[in-house]
Amino acid sequence: MNRRGPVFLARRSYRIRRLRDGARLLPLAGVFLFLLPILWAPAETVTRDTARDGIYLFVVWGVLIAVAAVLAPGLGTGEEAEAPASAEDEDGAA
Amino acid sequence: MPFNLLVLACITYVAFLFLIAFAVERRARRGAARWLRSPLVYTLSLSVYCTAWTFYGAVGYAARSGLEFLTIYLGPTLVFVGWWWILRKLVRIGRQQRVTSIADLISSRYGKSTLLGVIVTLICVIAATPYIALQLQSVTLSFGVFAAAGSYGWALPDSDATALWVAVGLAFFTILFGTRNLDANEQHTGVVIAIAVEAVVKLVALVAVGIFVVWFMASGPSDIIMRIGYSDIADWDLVPSRWAGLIGLSAAAVMTLPRMFQVLVVETSDEAHLATASWAFPLYLAAMSIFVVPIAVVGLQMLPAEANPDLFVLTLPLSQGQGGLAMLAFLGGFSSATSMVVVASIALATMVSNHIVMPLWLSLRPTREVTGDVRRLVLVARRVAIAGVLGLGYFYYSHSEGATSLAAIGLISFVGVAQMLPAMLGGMFWRGATRVGAALGLTIGLVVWAYTLFLPSFGPVAMIPQAVFDHGPFGLAWLRPRALFGAEGLDPLIHALFWSLTLNTSAFCLGSLFSFPSPVERVQGLAFVNVFDTERAEPRVWDDQGAADPEELLKLAQRILGDEPALLFFEDAARQQGKAGYLPDPTPAFLDALERKLAGAVGAAAAHAVIAEVAGRARVTVADLIRLADETAQIMEYSSRLESQRSELERTARQLREANEKLTQLSIQKDAFLSQISHELRTPMTSIRAFSEILMEGDVPPALAAAQARIINEEAIRLTRLLDDLLDLSVLENGTVQLDLRIVSLTEMVDRALRAARQTRPERSFDILRDLPAEALFLRTDPDRLTQVFINLIANARKYCDSRDPALRINVKQRGARVIVDFIDNGSGIPKDKQQIIFEKFARLTDQTRAGGAGLGLAICREIMANLGGTITYLPAQGGAAFRVTLPLRLEKSPRADAA
Repeated sequence: MNRRGPVFLARRSYRIRRLRDGARLLPLAGVFLFLLPILWAPAETVTRDTARDGIYLFVVWGVLIAVAAVLAPGLGTGEEAEAPASAEDEDGAA
Repeated sequence: MPFNLLVLACITYVAFLFLIAFAVERRARRGAARWLRSPLVYTLSLSVYCTAWTFYGAVGYAARSGLEFLTIYLGPTLVFVGWWWILRKLVRIGRQQRVTSIADLISSRYGKSTLLGVIVTLICVIAATPYIALQLQSVTLSFGVFAAAGSYGWALPDSDATALWVAVGLAFFTILFGTRNLDANEQHTGVVIAIAVEAVVKLVALVAVGIFVVWFMASGPSDIIMRIGYSDIADWDLVPSRWAGLIGLSAAAVMTLPRMFQVLVVETSDEAHLATASWAFPLYLAAMSIFVVPIAVVGLQMLPAEANPDLFVLTLPLSQGQGGLAMLAFLGGFSSATSMVVVASIALATMVSNHIVMPLWLSLRPTREVTGDVRRLVLVARRVAIAGVLGLGYFYYSHSEGATSLAAIGLISFVGVAQMLPAMLGGMFWRGATRVGAALGLTIGLVVWAYTLFLPSFGPVAMIPQAVFDHGPFGLAWLRPRALFGAEGLDPLIHALFWSLTLNTSAFCLGSLFSFPSPVERVQGLAFVNVFDTERAEPRVWDDQGAADPEELLKLAQRILGDEPALLFFEDAARQQGKAGYLPDPTPAFLDALERKLAGAVGAAAAHAVIAEVAGRARVTVADLIRLADETAQIMEYSSRLESQRSELERTARQLREANEKLTQLSIQKDAFLSQISHELRTPMTSIRAFSEILMEGDVPPALAAAQARIINEEAIRLTRLLDDLLDLSVLENGTVQLDLRIVSLTEMVDRALRAARQTRPERSFDILRDLPAEALFLRTDPDRLTQVFINLIANARKYCDSRDPALRINVKQRGARVIVDFIDNGSGIPKDKQQIIFEKFARLTDQTRAGGAGLGLAICREIMANLGGTITYLPAQGGAAFRVTLPLRLEKSPRADAA
């Protein structure tokens, strides 16, 4: 914690930018995980194991909620005030 | 359970909600309740996504197609978890542009287009119809369950009649709730709180039934997992196209459903709440769905085969004799239905009034001026629209009855509203999107949706003949509604979703590529796409040379926003420009702000149109467009700075000119007064001298002597009064006046003033309109001085009001710790060029000496009010001369003495 930060960029604003990247990636991970059951071939049994599928979906759901809850406080505060002038991740580019 | 009891429970519940909404709105108006706008309330209000379809239908859906019901909640979860992509921008745009509905958003983005507003409104109304029918159906069905279970010899009247009564009741409730007033921000704090309460009720109800089923009917989670394996639900097949398609569809719908847009964007009080909602709303959805499969499984096993799975939430507790739990479940379902209907019909009514009624009214009215009370028109339009929307829902219900299960109806709506997604996202992220593209895409999407999904939902023969289904229209097989372009074998819903969105998006893109945007569209496109670029100078739609008359603008604003809010807004704007009074300069910045304010009440397109009529055509010049181009950002920056300096200079020059005019006029006034006062002094002096000389000669009969002495006396009194006024004024100006502060009743002071002023022109009969309840205030002030001000104002009205049936309105308002008293007569008022000087000493608008007085009255009033810590101002545009007296409720000590 007490290590000196690298001099070439501000550690704090760098972290905030990566946090935003994380927030952008989270739904993509969600899409992948929610679509995964499509690939599960109903191989061994004639019918799929509904209870197992359901538990899987709810676990993914819970993880997404938890990660979003962890990310949210850091994202919600002073978004523009701390936004760097660098064009690295300007929203206008989207 | 007896039916009457059930109805009574519903009515009590609704009355309870209404009371909450009412109390909250009262508290919010006093600004006392910040917690009412907390992230928690925001998140709970979003739960309007979970309608009766979720509450009853999800279990039925699970019983029919296994885990597929989850897709409806997984899509919104992804959208909220990924709020940083879209929702954040959407909410920011919504707040910055004061968007009132999704129709307003799209219309505003594409150059404040009326056409797009109409198209989107149509889509929303048509798509909401099945959804509202769904709520009616579910409430009716749930009534039916109790009727069948009841052993009290009572039968449900008739399901159609029940649905009609439910529709009428909901319409009444919504009109009471949502259209009591017209808010400039289109926000309904009370409604939002009521929705939040309902959200808690439905969650508690569903979770309670779930817990009962899992732990009391079955023996815990492991038992449930085992039962799932043995039940029919385990046989469901995951259809990949449906699984992926429905997740995408529900993700689109959560952003475009009018009711979701209302709570998500329009009712937001703070953007930061979105961060909390990003995880809390998915959590709510998960909690709502976790017990769905257990309830479905247990219901399928325990209830007879013919039982409707859509009603398991009610029938399971009833079958176990748990009347109380069933009642809770019933209220949960009722909550789900009412909250959806209330929010949806408020949102739709806003759209109909702003995008269909307002444009029609603007083009049909006989005169170009905006006259009459626009607010009334808007409110009436909204009330009618609410009734109309519910009427349509009832019509759909009674014509498609029994044809479809709850889930299928809901999905039809989803596909309909999803048609707005390309235009919405395209407008937010692509500057090249144009109005032509959006209109083409929306229209084609609407047509394809109606042809492939909506019309067939009425049943195979009702709207489209069977032959068309089999062989296509005119024998064109590739146009069959269930197999467009030969795409057979697809599920009808996915088929409709696929083709409508594909054709919609293609038309949107091609139309945008091949058309050219209008200047306003270009400006709006930039403002939407670069909404987070606060550095950039705001592009202006209004020209600097515009010759808008601020008084006309104020009149317009009062008709749309109401008197008080409009005056407040103008006063603020004037203060920001460094001016006193209520009339700011019509700078482009002010016109922009005013347009946005009006847009909050009547929508962007209508606001733009009405301002354009007063301010002249909105001109976006070539220079403005160059400013928009990024390459010339520097030039733009420089020229905009020059421009702002130039307009600053112009404004200063204008103010100087005004000051100069005032000074010149004052000097003329002063000269006039000097000659006036010498005249006033000389006339009585002459007569006093003449008559006293006669009296000195001595041989006058006593009667005549008495008469002459009376004349001398009267003239002396006149002189004294004049000198008194002058003295009074100088004392007040020096701040050496002694105030006699007491607690007094405002009513009494007005009474006294009215009595005293009656001596002025006693021959005129004057109508006095007072608001006695509002006057019932006790002030701590100097009663004699304040009464003096009132007397002066009333006497002025008596003297100068030139109406044939003169009337004087006295309005009293309390704003925080200040009291406002307005005196408004119905004469021709004071011309604008004179409003500046009436409070100056010696000012008199008429030269006739009949007015008596030396023109000191209002000057004295102004000084008195300054001594009482208040102000007196002239209120423009009130349809007569109007003066506003503002003073503190409790004056502690003389503010002048404080300053000295």
